[in-house]
Amino acid sequence: MSIKRLLIANRGEIAVRIVRAAKAMGIKTIQVYSEADADMLACKQADVTVCVGGAVAKDSYLNIPNILAAAKETDADAVHPGYGFLAESAKFAQAVVDAGMIWVGPAAATIDRMGDKVAARQAAQAAGVPVVPGSKDRIDKIDEAVEVAERIGYPVMIKAAAGGGGKGIRIAQDATELRSLAPQAQTEAAAAFGDGGLYLERAIESPRHIEVQIMGDGIDAVHFFERECSLQRRRQKVWEEAGADCLNEATRAKLCDTAVSLAKAVNYCGAGTLEYLYDDVSKQFYFIEMNTRIQVEHPVTEMITGVDLVQEMIKVCGGEKLSHKQSEITRTGHAIEVRLNAEDPHLQFMPWPGKVTSLKIPEGDGIRFDHFLYEGYQIPPFYDSLIGKLIVHGTDRVDALRKMAIALDEVEIGGLKTTIPLHKALCKDEVVASGAFHTQWLEPWLAAGNLTKPSEKGAI
Amino acid sequence: MAQVQSPVPGTFYTKPSPDEAAFKTAGDTVAVDDIIGLVEVMKTFIQIHSEAAGTFAGYAVEDGMPVTAGQKLAEVDAG
Repeated sequence: MSIKRLLIANRGEIAVRIVRAAKAMGIKTIQVYSEADADMLACKQADVTVCVGGAVAKDSYLNIPNILAAAKETDADAVHPGYGFLAESAKFAQAVVDAGMIWVGPAAATIDRMGDKVAARQAAQAAGVPVVPGSKDRIDKIDEAVEVAERIGYPVMIKAAAGGGGKGIRIAQDATELRSLAPQAQTEAAAAFGDGGLYLERAIESPRHIEVQIMGDGIDAVHFFERECSLQRRRQKVWEEAGADCLNEATRAKLCDTAVSLAKAVNYCGAGTLEYLYDDVSKQFYFIEMNTRIQVEHPVTEMITGVDLVQEMIKVCGGEKLSHKQSEITRTGHAIEVRLNAEDPHLQFMPWPGKVTSLKIPEGDGIRFDHFLYEGYQIPPFYDSLIGKLIVHGTDRVDALRKMAIALDEVEIGGLKTTIPLHKALCKDEVVASGAFHTQWLEPWLAAGNLTKPSEKGAI
Repeated sequence: MAQVQSPVPGTFYTKPSPDEAAFKTAGDTVAVDDIIGLVEVMKTFIQIHSEAAGTFAGYAVEDGMPVTAGQKLAEVDAG
């Protein structure tokens, strides 16, 4: 193992998670912190701490020169970026390597390539990963549009070729509708962009968000199966599961195997996630993007596979080979993670950066709580509202849901407003129990007042 | 002199975006509910409104600086 002194360029719960993983591997941990984070939990647990600047992230956790100076000062030989902040900055990854250290993640060139949507789509297609079918070139004639639509399949999304930001988008269910909507779209596109050219793409209505965890050592790559992350609010995941019970075995195998092909094709090193839209009706999945880092929801995968993904990424980036062959990675049971945010779900999720007055952590078989809290801790207002992740592992989805409901009743975080009431309500919901949700489900559910039913109003 | 205070802790911004001008400059007329600035708390931006009408006297905090709940952000000359 070539990594002896690991600098953690992050904060919050993921910093705690990385410190724990590194210590278990006998690696000295160096924790950076901002002026607002001197008393954070990761600082209390790390071997060495070093201040990298002011409270505002651009002055500290996003300040590349300051972090590199801290690494030099503390003799770090590797940098773990966590998620968020500089985790997907090719510039930072390259600067770390140029300074003679190991970057715990894929090469800067890979971050760059997979971070570019068009380049990532091309890399995916080349590796046999399905992407959302669309027209190759701009379309100017209605007959041509109908021809292309027959090939890519209905319903189709009609977009302005010159447009962006959703302007002028229409959805046609069949050829008749396309013939009526396409001229309108052309007129609107010409008016808005001075160009009536159109672009067609298969419309994936009410899709699920499914993603595949992969790990590479630069030569070989494996997958750790998939996660279901459709319960989202404002495009932020609030609840994640492993695996995705909506998939049949054939679809799961194809999803995971093509993800590995892509990882191998780009000589991927470290932990990565391929994100897909999944259409329950056609049973088809479409690549949307790749995240070149460890993700918030990695614990559900760890629960069902029994593999410590953070340790594994440190190991492979340190130059060792993957610990497991694909055939040795198996899945057992079902895991669910809920994100606990310091927000008031009864008041439009208003942030609530309070002081933790009491803390009761749920315990038991198959229950895990990743967090950075302790009694008396003042949560700073400058960063993300995520304060912890409650994770359960059950024999199956029904068992996991039951365990989650119990764990949510046991967890107590005094002094704050948190999203615990949201998750308690979701645990009791019939649609959640049936698993028949998608990415467009949670927001209307909230808008319909499911959190503030009359019988519960007195308690709020 | 009326004070505009921050209702929450966070980061104070005097401008709607980095490339734009400040919401107010000294001498500007201020109406009740005019936006004076933004406070970013946990990645959420909250608009700060003036409760008083009058003439803007100036910001008490620089753009992009951390603030505490109840801290004076700006002053409005209600006279």
